[in-house]
Amino acid sequence: MPHDANSQTSARAQPHGGGQPSVAVLVSMGRHPLTERARRADQDARAVEMALSLGDVQPRLLHAGHFDQDSEAALRGYLGMGFDALELIEQEPGADVIAALCDRLRDAAPQLVLTGARAETDEGSGLLPYLLAEALGWPIVASLASIERIEQGEATLLQALPRGQRRRLRVRLPAVFTVDGSAPAPRQSAFGPARRGVVERIACTSLQDAAFAEWRIQPARKRPKRLKIVKAASARDRFKAAAAKAEGGGGQVLADVTPEQGAEAIFKLLQEEGVLR
Amino acid sequence: MLDILLPILIFAALALAAIGALRRVRLWRQGRSSPVSIAKGLAAMPRRYLVDLHHVVARDKYISNTHVATAGGFVAAAVLMILVHGLGLGSLQGLGGVLGWLLLAASACMFVGSLFVAKRRRNPPPRLSKGPWMRLPKSLMAFSLGVFVITLASVGIVPADLGSWIVALVLAGVVTWGLAEMVFGMTWGGPMKHAFAGALHLAFHRRPERFSTKEGGSGRSTGLKALDLDDDRAPLGVGAPRDFTWNQLLGFDACVQCGRCEAACPAFAAGQPLNPKKLIQDMVVGMVGGSDAHYAGSPYPGKPIGEHGGDPHGPIVARPFANGGTALVDADTLWSCTTCRACVEECPMMIEHVDAIVDMRRFLTLEHGNTPNKGGDVLDNLIATDNPGGFDPGSRLNWAADQNLPLMADRQEAEVLLWLGDGAFDMRNQRTLRALVKVLRAAEVDFAVLGNEERDSGDVARRLGDEATFQRLARRNITTLSRYRFTHIVTCDPHSFHVLKNEYGALGGHYSVFHHSTYIAELFDSGRLNLKAWKGDSVTYHDPCYLGRYNGEYEAPRRVLQALGIEVKEMARSGYRSRCCGGGGGAPITDIPGKRRIPDMRMDDVRETGAELVAVGCPQCTAMLEGVVNASAEVRDIAELVAEGLNEESAQDRASRRTQQSEEALVS
Ligand code: SF4
Ligand code: SF4
Repeated sequence: MPHDANSQTSARAQPHGGGQPSVAVLVSMGRHPLTERARRADQDARAVEMALSLGDVQPRLLHAGHFDQDSEAALRGYLGMGFDALELIEQEPGADVIAALCDRLRDAAPQLVLTGARAETDEGSGLLPYLLAEALGWPIVASLASIERIEQGEATLLQALPRGQRRRLRVRLPAVFTVDGSAPAPRQSAFGPARRGVVERIACTSLQDAAFAEWRIQPARKRPKRLKIVKAASARDRFKAAAAKAEGGGGQVLADVTPEQGAEAIFKLLQEEGVLR
Repeated sequence: MLDILLPILIFAALALAAIGALRRVRLWRQGRSSPVSIAKGLAAMPRRYLVDLHHVVARDKYISNTHVATAGGFVAAAVLMILVHGLGLGSLQGLGGVLGWLLLAASACMFVGSLFVAKRRRNPPPRLSKGPWMRLPKSLMAFSLGVFVITLASVGIVPADLGSWIVALVLAGVVTWGLAEMVFGMTWGGPMKHAFAGALHLAFHRRPERFSTKEGGSGRSTGLKALDLDDDRAPLGVGAPRDFTWNQLLGFDACVQCGRCEAACPAFAAGQPLNPKKLIQDMVVGMVGGSDAHYAGSPYPGKPIGEHGGDPHGPIVARPFANGGTALVDADTLWSCTTCRACVEECPMMIEHVDAIVDMRRFLTLEHGNTPNKGGDVLDNLIATDNPGGFDPGSRLNWAADQNLPLMADRQEAEVLLWLGDGAFDMRNQRTLRALVKVLRAAEVDFAVLGNEERDSGDVARRLGDEATFQRLARRNITTLSRYRFTHIVTCDPHSFHVLKNEYGALGGHYSVFHHSTYIAELFDSGRLNLKAWKGDSVTYHDPCYLGRYNGEYEAPRRVLQALGIEVKEMARSGYRSRCCGGGGGAPITDIPGKRRIPDMRMDDVRETGAELVAVGCPQCTAMLEGVVNASAEVRDIAELVAEGLNEESAQDRASRRTQQSEEALVS
């Protein structure tokens, strides 16, 4: 039983500040892939879990979006992980929330902004953290596996790479970090704190996303997976093939090329691979 | 000298007992309020004691006879003693003389009883607590013997001055000891506490319906009590001892530490860290405040005594991360329980262990968000997909693609609504469902299913403490059911059966629900099933907890087996003493490790009978018992056995008759 939704209560009682970094977690509304019921988004919940794992800090939850029955159910899912309150920047449906989030984060000035890599609803392009980091002028690190320590305005991180590899990074704060499926699973959301938690609504003008309004949204299709043909005689070979790094045999490193040359090279590769015909 | 000393002693003991009683009542009243009728309860108490309690005690003839002699003798002796020695009505003149003789008889009777108590305590079975309980027979003897001897003087058999003051002093000492244990100890927490608390517990029991009445009440009350989720200040379950209702606290105090619950508990036998007797004693420790160091019975397997303690306002379960300390009990103790009710069934004091355990689980799940192992995932699945496995709710009827099952949505009404349960997603249970459908069709039952409209009944969510999810599922199911007309619900899942029958009522759903074994038995009795004789191996039958102890259905499955011509080789633990398969209460989900697995022990019970097949009536039991490696017996559901035993010819005859009829109808 490693998790406990309310283990933060003691931390919350202490006045924060001092040497502790302030952490904001951006959370969004999730949807269950089978039933489309509103729920906390898995990656965002992992981001919250990571924030809670930092120990004595008091993370703040931040959501920008439209407030209705569905999104309330989803947001209460995060509150159920042991929070008293969540800040909601109210936006109209279909608004571009980046400016609003950016303003709010500038005001609150957290040291760390944690969020899932990609939303489960609406655009879900995964671009938001990048645009936000750009607008704030902060560095961004994707795919965090854990935050090892935070000292003197610098965070030591483990970043998840494919096939279970990890890379240790040191990043100056403030920074934006995104979390995906390689981060630890979120703790259970408990009914009591979810029901008691307060959604603090902050009114904010919303900016309509003109491009998004024109889009048609349909369920995503499963992307085709490249077949890896393994010719192995024994179980040992098969295991080795499964665990092996991708062979970088035919690749080439392009450095100091013009954007056109780069695009050309990518275009050629896509044609070779049969992605573009 | 004694006739001065005795009244003083008696009234001092009574006064101290009264003070103790007030203190004890104060302890109980720390709990929350509970709607019981004080007057009605007190009026019903003698019957509850003499009929219901004795019904349970009498399962152990030795102790029931002993108890009648000792307790009956004591009550009579105590009353007479107050009259004779306290108020001095025992003098030889007039009616008083009779009182003295009666007192002699009562104390003699009590003395004989205490000899048997002493004998039981010579070599006590491990389930009995030791400690202060070991001195109880001596105290009983001291009281009865002391009272007997001084009464000899009052009736004039021996001289009033008893020879010398030394003898008088010794006698006074013995009587004081007896009085201290029997009167004063009763309310100050000695072993005799069980008499005082027990009597009141019977009167103010939280489930008055579980007692029989003169009119022949059902005497069964097994549905869990609903939490009020609309009141957001009402506590979500029990986090501290004072969160129990006052009559639950009173109930814990009534425990006699007889250990019958311990002997029946499958989790205890499997070496999981649970002992229902210790759990109840821990609740008493929590109510009074202190540590469990004085507990003198078997511990929770693997957990030494003396490391836990608490107080009425403190937490029962320590939060992980909270300095890693312990509180009153550990979470894994609560999560070991299979909610099989074997303990409640055996408890002579009518204590409700399962209610208490689920109350505490509710707090862990709803407030701590801390359901162990796969518990959290299962609850998330139930919330998102209405089934514990997280399967697409639209695929609930995929198994029946070839069955052409009539849907309620198309039919709107049917005589029988066949409740499939979550077993519909499980390949093994699908075989049972197919068999059941075959049987219903053979008997030409007019039935329909809800299909994809059905949701999990909420059983697992509720036993895992997630009352919110249970109520959500239940309310939605009730809404769905309210759209259709049907006479009965039939299901092959005793858990759904119990929840639909006994737990939906509090939320507004009242149905006539049958377990498939009961329904099949009725079909057979009314001649709608034509069965051929069983030609297979020898068979035993495993009573599912949620059918047997929860709903009192022990007969119908056996009747069905008998109808098949099967002679059941009963296991030593069968009927109301059936041992759980280990599958209830979410136990396979929380999966608390022990020394053995509960289903393995059950399969050993099966092996002892020599049966080659064990008939079951529950998808959980099927799954648990089939999961046993090297099992000596095959596991088959009753529905499967009946489907196999159907006289196919007759079914064919009937089918051809039907086609004939319809052809005739077409012709005409
Ligand atoms: S709880 Fe009941 S069965 Fe268990 S020891 Fe106490 S009185 Fe006996
Ligand atoms: S319900 Fe069953 S498993 Fe739970 S404590 Fe009672 S006997 Fe043990």
